[in-house]
Amino acid sequence: MSASPAPALLIDDPAVLVEALQRQGWRVIGPQARDGAITYDPLTPGATLPKGLTDTQEGGHYRLGAGDPGRWFDYVVGPQSWKKHLFPSRQKLWEASRTDDGFAVTPVQDDYPKTAFFGVRACEIAAMEVQDRVFDNGDFADPGYGRRRAATLIVAVNCTRAAATCFCASMQTGPRAKAGFDIALTELATGTGLLVEVGSDRGAEIVDGLDLPRANAAHRAEAEAASAAAAAMQTRAMPPGMAGVLAANLDHPQWQVVADACLSCGNCTMACPTCFCSDVEDVNDLSGDHTERWRTWDSCFTVDFTYVHGGAVRRSTASRYRQWMTHKLSSWEAQFGTSGCVGCGRCIAWCPVGIDITAEAAAIAASPVPKE
Amino acid sequence: MTAMPKPGAMPDPMVPRRFRVRKAWDEIDGVATMELDPVDGPQIAFQPGQFNMLYAFGVGEIAVSISGDAARADTLTHTTRAVGAVSTAITRLKAGDMVGVRGPFGSAWPIAEQEGRHIVFVAGGLGLAPLRPAIYHVLNNRDRYAGFTLVYGARSPSELVFADEVKDWKSRFDTEIEVTVDHAAPGWTGHVGVVTTWLDKTLLTVDPATVSAFMCGPEIMMRFSAASLANAGVAAERQFVSLERNMKCAIGFCGHCQYGADFICRDGPVFRYDAVAARLKLKEF
Repeated sequence: MSASPAPALLIDDPAVLVEALQRQGWRVIGPQARDGAITYDPLTPGATLPKGLTDTQEGGHYRLGAGDPGRWFDYVVGPQSWKKHLFPSRQKLWEASRTDDGFAVTPVQDDYPKTAFFGVRACEIAAMEVQDRVFDNGDFADPGYGRRRAATLIVAVNCTRAAATCFCASMQTGPRAKAGFDIALTELATGTGLLVEVGSDRGAEIVDGLDLPRANAAHRAEAEAASAAAAAMQTRAMPPGMAGVLAANLDHPQWQVVADACLSCGNCTMACPTCFCSDVEDVNDLSGDHTERWRTWDSCFTVDFTYVHGGAVRRSTASRYRQWMTHKLSSWEAQFGTSGCVGCGRCIAWCPVGIDITAEAAAIAASPVPKE
Repeated sequence: MTAMPKPGAMPDPMVPRRFRVRKAWDEIDGVATMELDPVDGPQIAFQPGQFNMLYAFGVGEIAVSISGDAARADTLTHTTRAVGAVSTAITRLKAGDMVGVRGPFGSAWPIAEQEGRHIVFVAGGLGLAPLRPAIYHVLNNRDRYAGFTLVYGARSPSELVFADEVKDWKSRFDTEIEVTVDHAAPGWTGHVGVVTTWLDKTLLTVDPATVSAFMCGPEIMMRFSAASLANAGVAAERQFVSLERNMKCAIGFCGHCQYGADFICRDGPVFRYDAVAARLKLKEF
């Protein structure tokens, strides 16, 4: 997706774009207000985008409520990420059946039609680009992930407000998407529509068919200013240089402090848009003649995660929290050339006890253990 | 470690290939060796130290090191200890049974790079299995190495695997082999004590500047053996270890085997000791 010089346009109602995509045969997955939260589910024809909603987020707190009734995208990220579509939480990898001379294995491919992700925030594009590196590591590529990613069109929405849990500005992943989208929308002043920018030829083709009016320089400046305001309102920030700080502080007393609060529930890993760990399980039928290999999301917060004969390696919560956070902020950089954190704040909001990764990082950065 | 050939034409790296058990036998109580022939596609070519994911139908999949001779291109050999459901099922396989295999995976013992040197192998328990392909390589090409020492320890005489083969190796005139057990049993006339006791003694008779060491066994054994080697003057960059962690995929996707920034399945299991020495001192890492 190379940057395209196509001029910015204006659209009054984002649903027009959803309908255009659907008419062109795209399955559109977009935000839905469901169970008191924003979720990312397929938009059935005629389904409406949520409007007039906003969210309040804090450590261990998320509420979706009424906002400015004229605004489409005044909520930010909910508990789910697009990860669940590109890297399904349960995925059948293959099946095997008993035969006269042993067994036969049949690979399984899931059905993933060409799909448009509608309403992808900048931090979420960054998260996808992180997982792109995870699932194609140079030696091996996950064929399912690659196939799904290639069949996915990205319609980004640039955030014009931030929740209290957001810290994308400090991770340089947002709030404005610079690349990685086919089409990007930025909501302008209430009632004046949305700025439409094109990020790829594929996106240009879709937008061309809509016959939209051109935006002027003032519109573009307003969109930039709205994103800048969303960055400026962020109250949390990741301290700089955490990769080195954590690598040098693996014995820091703060690991035990956070472990005393941490329930080791794994919510942060499930909500995280980049966490990629998985387990496999074999599911047999009652005859014992048919079996299926499933891949499921897993979490480094479980004791079983490190089980080897004789027991688990990481038995204490402190060791498991250390693993999660040092992986996310430190060893990830050595593995994949990027931080594993995109600053979306989900792990803060969805932690049942409100553990704040930025505060934990700051606590260690502020009192590093002296070198031996 | 050394660059590995990528596994051959593997359309989906998570789908096992079918192999058939040519021969299977018990080594000691609860430890069995099997030789496998491919049912689909070519035999697996591997380098000493690499491992495969072995699948028992309807039970599951585990990582198992390859214990045979890499120079025997027609044979794939695995030695497995029954500790869980899958490993138990694998140790019970008989000639003619089918098993799924993915691999080979991981880094290899850089044994060819240490030609001309005195090779010291330190093995604990079933740690001899991942070392055995490297041992075969040195014994098959003995004239290319300055010396061969194996220090092999187990908890008790009944826990010594490949005991007859170790005796054959010892009967050669160009090997130095010390076998020791933590706890003797009636009839045991060999050494009693920890591996490092005999490692220290054998190191007195060689020039440490010529030694390259390959270690596999419990992490504590490798740590203390590395300390012995360091005390004797063997350079850290001439020491190599094989590490073990939980693995579900072996291709760097499942995350289970992470050891700091290393995925043991891809960056290991064989590491130069100085690359992991600091981490081996960390608890629950």
